[in-house]
Amino acid sequence: MSVTISDSYTISDFIPERIIRPRRGLIGIDFKELWIYRELFWFLAWRDILVLYKQTAIGIAWAVFQPVVTMVVFTLIFGNLAKLPSNNASYAVMTFAALLPWQFFSNAITKSSNSLISSQNLITKVYFPRIILPASATISGAVDFMISFVVLIGIMVWCKAPFRLSMFLLPLFFLFAFFAAFGAGLWLGALNVKYRDVNYVVTFLVRLGMYISPVGFISSVIPQRWRFVYSLNPMVGVIDGFRWCILGEQFKPYWPGFWASFTMVLMILVTGICFFRSTEKNFADVI
Amino acid sequence: MSGPIIRVEGIGKKYRLGSTISYDTLRDHITGSFRSLCHIISGNKKSKRGREFLENQTLTDNCEFWALKDISLTVDQGEVIGILGRNGAGKSTLLKILSQITEPTEGEIRIKGRVASLLEVGTGFHPELTGRENIFLNGAILGMTRSEIKKKFDEIVDFAKLEKFIDTPVKRYSSGMYVRLAFSVAAHLEPEILLVDEVLSVGDVEFQKKCSGKMNDVAKEGKTVLYVSHNMGSIAQLCSKAILLDYGKMVRFDAAQEVINQYIKNTGTLAKTGAIKITDRMYTTRGKKIKFSQVTMRDSRGNVCNNFLYKEDFSVEIDFDIYDNFERGVIGIGIRTLNGSLVTIAHNQDNNNGNIEDIARGSYKIKANFNNILRPGIYSLNIKAYEHIINGETIDVSDLIQFEIANSPKEGELMPVKMRSGLVEFEVDWSLEELAASFSYI
Ligand SMILES: Nc1ncnc2c1ncn2[C@@H]1O[C@H](COP(=O)(O)OP(=O)(O)O)[C@@H](O)[C@H]1O
Ligand SMILES: [Mg+2]
Repeated sequence: MSVTISDSYTISDFIPERIIRPRRGLIGIDFKELWIYRELFWFLAWRDILVLYKQTAIGIAWAVFQPVVTMVVFTLIFGNLAKLPSNNASYAVMTFAALLPWQFFSNAITKSSNSLISSQNLITKVYFPRIILPASATISGAVDFMISFVVLIGIMVWCKAPFRLSMFLLPLFFLFAFFAAFGAGLWLGALNVKYRDVNYVVTFLVRLGMYISPVGFISSVIPQRWRFVYSLNPMVGVIDGFRWCILGEQFKPYWPGFWASFTMVLMILVTGICFFRSTEKNFADVI
Repeated sequence: MSGPIIRVEGIGKKYRLGSTISYDTLRDHITGSFRSLCHIISGNKKSKRGREFLENQTLTDNCEFWALKDISLTVDQGEVIGILGRNGAGKSTLLKILSQITEPTEGEIRIKGRVASLLEVGTGFHPELTGRENIFLNGAILGMTRSEIKKKFDEIVDFAKLEKFIDTPVKRYSSGMYVRLAFSVAAHLEPEILLVDEVLSVGDVEFQKKCSGKMNDVAKEGKTVLYVSHNMGSIAQLCSKAILLDYGKMVRFDAAQEVINQYIKNTGTLAKTGAIKITDRMYTTRGKKIKFSQVTMRDSRGNVCNNFLYKEDFSVEIDFDIYDNFERGVIGIGIRTLNGSLVTIAHNQDNNNGNIEDIARGSYKIKANFNNILRPGIYSLNIKAYEHIINGETIDVSDLIQFEIANSPKEGELMPVKMRSGLVEFEVDWSLEELAASFSYI
């Protein structure tokens, strides 16, 4: 379709010129370009979700089963056997409130660290901002999160736990978890392009993280003088925040620790973006 | 005033030899540097791994090379430009830089307009999703907006003739249906600039025909096309100008016919060794790696050579390393004429009745004996590797070895009939019978 408007004007006069040249140094996010590609972002997330629920025959059942079983086991071991404190809240609700962000985080980093490798044929054949891949992999975990959230409501009703207004703050803490996962996913995804055994690191991180993060216990069992250091694990802040919203005042976070987690997330995110953006130009060559 | 639609200034692209094979794992990276350090200290020469690591290390440090260097050109809107050059000359790299898939190491490009490439056909198709879902996904990947796809949806389905199966997962499609759907989406793109990279060697015949048809249409519509091909005939027919690349340099940018003549002249004087060793170049298909470490041609007595007598049988040997299990893996050998027409293509699984087995990770040597029916002339050999599955992509290494069928026959055979044209000579059993009284001599 050659839109020859008049003899001397052609389509190229109406389309802005694109300049391709080597980029050097620190590269930030090109928001304008991301905006242009926003639909692709949603399409990829939509694909991941669709495929997930088509492939696993038990789809939703799995999204419910996994956290519930983990919760039961943790409640039995940490609550009933080890008799760890629960600040008078139901141990089940308390564990599940932590599993909610933890499962999201661990699924998201697993998926986004694989997102580039598994889209190899896209990367070597089409241009689009590569950052869309880990981003959509991370956000596609939101569906599992919603399902788990419904389960949480069920558990709270079952345990006769009160519902609090502070639950409306949850989206804020979800964002916190999202950025933690996204930042880590950017690092792991970009590393995975070059080093294919990053997967083992991720598996290890996810397994270990479940026990060193305050999922099966409350973070106040950590001795006071270690709490700040402990909170350098970003998921500590996220989980404390979730418990606070769901279970109320007696789960108020240890604020210095909370801000330490918050700062860690920001740092991981910013360095992740810079690392990703400066390595992405080689993805198509080495993947 | 309208300037050129593409302006390329001093583009260069540096690759690292072996960058795809060393440091494959983080563990090797860490233990490798640690061990080689230990072995340097202890002077132990036995550890192969440490030494290999060191060798790779120097390779990656020193063996950078320019796949493209100092390319400058301008293309006006509506021009159809052919790109010629031997295997490894940098043709694909140039297209990849133009489509922004990979970044140039130096130089600058200014482009006005949407760029699409015909090799993107089917990119991002997911076997679990239905035809409908894949149209939307693929359209978005190729740069269409959702409303654009919606508007063209019926047309796309209609063009692919897949109304009945549009809600079936594409994993149930035959490969023909799959290609039709994929192509149909690509055909409804409306780029200002179309890049075509050796389409004619990818996919089946039906697909190739569709691609050249599409190319023709696009060129007639006055769009800008950059077209890589080994087929001189189609370049001469479609392109007004052509670029000749050799070892990453632009040797010539001129009227198509001039460039074609020069290319044929240059390739005629190619090094005539019968064995080519291809080192360090990894090819990947769907993330699986293969390396053709050596390709050898031998005459009927087993000598390495690329000059055969007329009717003298020859063989081709391919040494290759496979790094990942190739599902229903197939290796193919093709023979082309110098102007790019395919004479034949043979696959190692042709005689297995469709029972194609996987090729597991490992090193192999494959040997193919050809019963020579080629007429005298110069031909070129190319090899392929692919997985015989939906979504499989073909690795194609073209113009590997050029070989000549001489004008003198093997002992005991008659001289070839010189005046005759054509490429092959079948063994034909003739019979001549006289039919009684079917014809009256008036
Ligand atoms: N990702 C890569 N890493 C290292 N070398 C590469 C890579 N891609 C291509 N090359 C090398 O760059 C050169 C040009 O390749 P290419 O543009 O594919 O050639 P052509 O398309 O003309 O056959 C070749 O020597 C090839 O081995
Ligand atoms: Mg090529």
